[in-house]
Amino acid sequence: MLDEAFADSDSLIHRLDPRLKVILAAAFSILAAVADRFPALTFALILSSGLVTLARLPARALFHRLLLVNGFVALLWLMLPFSFPGETLVRIGPLTATREGLRYALLITLKTNAIILAGIALLSTTHLTDIGRALGSLHVPDKITHILLFMLRYLGVLDREYVHLSHSMAARCFRPRTNLHTYKSYAHMVGMLLLSSYERAEAVYAAMLCRGFAGKFHSVGEFSMRGADYAFGAAAAAALLVMATLQWDSLLF
Amino acid sequence: MHISEGVLSAPVLVAGGALAAAGTAYAVKKMDYDRVPQVALVSCAFFVASFIHLPVGPASVHLVLNGLAGILLGWAAFPAILVALFLQGILFQFGGLTTLGVNTLNMALPAVVCYILFGRLVRGPDTLLSASSAFACGALAVLLGGLMLALSLVWSEESFLAVAKVALLAHLPVMVIEGIITMLIVGFLKKVKPELLEAPYARPQSSNL
Repeated sequence: MLDEAFADSDSLIHRLDPRLKVILAAAFSILAAVADRFPALTFALILSSGLVTLARLPARALFHRLLLVNGFVALLWLMLPFSFPGETLVRIGPLTATREGLRYALLITLKTNAIILAGIALLSTTHLTDIGRALGSLHVPDKITHILLFMLRYLGVLDREYVHLSHSMAARCFRPRTNLHTYKSYAHMVGMLLLSSYERAEAVYAAMLCRGFAGKFHSVGEFSMRGADYAFGAAAAAALLVMATLQWDSLLF
Repeated sequence: MHISEGVLSAPVLVAGGALAAAGTAYAVKKMDYDRVPQVALVSCAFFVASFIHLPVGPASVHLVLNGLAGILLGWAAFPAILVALFLQGILFQFGGLTTLGVNTLNMALPAVVCYILFGRLVRGPDTLLSASSAFACGALAVLLGGLMLALSLVWSEESFLAVAKVALLAHLPVMVIEGIITMLIVGFLKKVKPELLEAPYARPQSSNL
């Protein structure tokens, strides 16, 4: 369930302070999402490809992720050029593709891939528990980061419960088909999952109270910004500034 | 139900983010600390359930169950869905940071609407009324979610109209399935553990957290 495919290898990026990575990922994503000019977005894609290269991620898994994401982008390529008003470029039967439509589809493709690659390079290379703690020290409310940490802890437990239930259904020769029996069986299965989550939550909370929980999770390690973090942060800030300049050049000149 | 990164326009992203933040802030303020483990664990159950694919003729649909999440979590559906989508974004690159607000709003707002409209009815003693409102809750949550998704696309760029129509149409069969499944799950929970349906209305347990 919690397959952190990219978090376990080691690289410059993996060793950065998680707080820095969360901030940079947010800044990059927001900037790229707002940008709508080709130079800025091309630069963004180059930047995020650079980050992925620095993180030395397994190429196969990376390609698989990108393929998945670009499925929706492919749908846009099929529909947008023909529904966007503008100058006609090609005619295929009754359909006319416009220059503006193609331009827009290309823009979205650049944008999507740039943001996704940066997300993989910066966030998916961090263990989720570290992201949870980093969010906590960046003043995200405790209740939210605690929901995140509890989910990380118990997703696997619930997933095992789900596997158990599927195995016992299979042992009773359950075959999913389009009929009410199938829907009823799955509904009862989800009901059982909800039931066990509810009972587990009661046990967890009782155990917390037993240990004198007072609203804070204590952690053995602390994050610390080292020289490499400051250097990387400065370089990244400069790159983001270049990207912003390419998008809004009138701001500076 | 996810809109991927890079598709929506800035105003839609900002508006979605602001509304989702407001909903989450209200829910977090309202939620007592003793419910945090429960919200997280129930959210895990929904996360796992969303991997179940139901056969519909030759195709299959996966469960969304945001209507039921509204019934079981109330306003806490906001932080629960926010965190679940954040996890999906990092683990599978479904959605992402900038679309987190819009995607959370598109799923959590219908959940809360269903909680307000049907919460009491679903818990009521009348079996028929409870079952029919559970069906309506499951179906309406998906319909509203689909509508909001379509609107987010169209408000970003008018030429998305065709894509938005396809997305909305794809939600229609899911609506019926979700209604049936929500009805069956509620029936099961009422028989086995009716307290679960009372959770959002429960008084906080005595503790000084």
